Amino acid sequence: MMKLTTIRFLVGQALASIKRNGMMSLASIGTVAISMFVLGTFLLLALNANLMADTIETNVEIAVLVYPDASEETIDTTYNDISSLNGVMSVSHIGKDEALASLEKQFGEGHDLLRSLGGVNPLPDSFIVKVENPRLVSEVADVIGGFSSVDKVRYGKGMIEKLFSVLDWVRWLGAGIVVLLSLAAVFLIAITVRITVFARGDEITIMKYVGATNWFIRWPFFLEGLILGTLGSLLAATAIYFSYSQLVSYVILTVNFIPLITDKEFILRLLLYLLVGGAVLGSIGSAVSVRKFLKV
Amino acid sequence: MIRMYNASKDYANGVKALIDVNIQIAKGEFVFLVGPSGAGKSTFIRLLFREELPSKGQVIIAGKSIVRLRSSKVAVLRRNIGVVFQDFRLLSDRTAFENVAFALRVLQFSHKEINQRVPEILRQVGLSAKAGSYPHQLSGGEQQRVAIARAIVNNPKILIADEPTGNLDPDTSWEIMHLLYEINKRGTTLIIATHDKKIVDTMKRRVIGLERGRLVRDDQQGVYGL
Repeated sequence: MMKLTTIRFLVGQALASIKRNGMMSLASIGTVAISMFVLGTFLLLALNANLMADTIETNVEIAVLVYPDASEETIDTTYNDISSLNGVMSVSHIGKDEALASLEKQFGEGHDLLRSLGGVNPLPDSFIVKVENPRLVSEVADVIGGFSSVDKVRYGKGMIEKLFSVLDWVRWLGAGIVVLLSLAAVFLIAITVRITVFARGDEITIMKYVGATNWFIRWPFFLEGLILGTLGSLLAATAIYFSYSQLVSYVILTVNFIPLITDKEFILRLLLYLLVGGAVLGSIGSAVSVRKFLKV
Repeated sequence: MIRMYNASKDYANGVKALIDVNIQIAKGEFVFLVGPSGAGKSTFIRLLFREELPSKGQVIIAGKSIVRLRSSKVAVLRRNIGVVFQDFRLLSDRTAFENVAFALRVLQFSHKEINQRVPEILRQVGLSAKAGSYPHQLSGGEQQRVAIARAIVNNPKILIADEPTGNLDPDTSWEIMHLLYEINKRGTTLIIATHDKKIVDTMKRRVIGLERGRLVRDDQQGVYGL
């Protein structure tokens, strides 16, 4: 177990370096803050988009219209064929009489639609298909559309694909930006720590001569990066917390049909991850420099 | 205490710094290491506290070969060897007290122990009055005293001084030699690499001579020679 005196000494060394490296420390903290802010923003964006997709998901169905002249037997086979498809969650059959009845309902009581249509029900049998994953909708719909008994397939064509391609695009863009910014943050922290390693050359030599262990020599440098990373992500987490709270209260007041994540505990946990992320970036940065420049 | 068996050191650039050196230094001895520049004195010293490894042969300290030490054991070895250099190597942004305390801090001594030991050791080297001075406020001799205090504050069994008087005037040099002699008298094995002919001739101690990497002489009560 490390002694309290030792911990104070090591942390003191690290803090002294951060102060001495002034501008470089600020630049490192700033870069970590920006990259963690962007990461947090995109994460919230993606999570909210997922929530939105979940909400939409429950409303996505495929309507399958069978040829009006299809026999009872064909309809049964079609029903079974659709049910056995991969990704299909449920299939419900709506017979032509049922369809007519629901249409009559929509017109209101007192209409005898069948009579006005000359005694022939022109509506086909249909199926309402729900799929397990909204991404499968177009694929499943295409397959069903290929069945010989099926006349038409209807779903929110294009809309869903567009939504998902936008979401994917946002995710990839976010991931790309975050990776680049993280690399920049690691790089800057590595440079800052390297400056410290060089500035402390004399101390390192003396530490070696008087018999300090390697880990003891390395710790302050490692801590320096860790502190820089944590400070940066703390900044980012604070900024995200306040701007997201603002956004949520604004959205709830103005466009309240948009579903947003408002679970405070969930958001705080997310910010905690950001903090850890910043600490990890800082540690990686200092580890790079310590390994490369601190020969002990 | 210290033994070298056929110790040789070839550097990557082809320089043969030491060739087949065999030597034995007993506990508590006072040894001068002499020889012209480039004779291998520095390499000899570096082998002792394992800043370099021998290319061939063995270096044994306190009965243990130090050639195949794990890095954690190297730190332990160095705690038992104090080193002093010609250029003092003090931290310029710290007082004399802090320079000495630094050695104890990195060895994880407590505050209490540090506040006990450092004044005691500064008194031993005659610098009590200068504890709060920064290196640039101290004379060369005083700086070397701080360096010596730092080297011995942890009670090492061996003290190695590489040209400790190289930057000092003759009077100050004698004061430093006297201080080192006092430390040796209390039982610390002392190895001094030096060019100072007058000091070596006057003190009449064991002299180990190196020339072009070879051990050329080892006299019990020697003089500098030539």
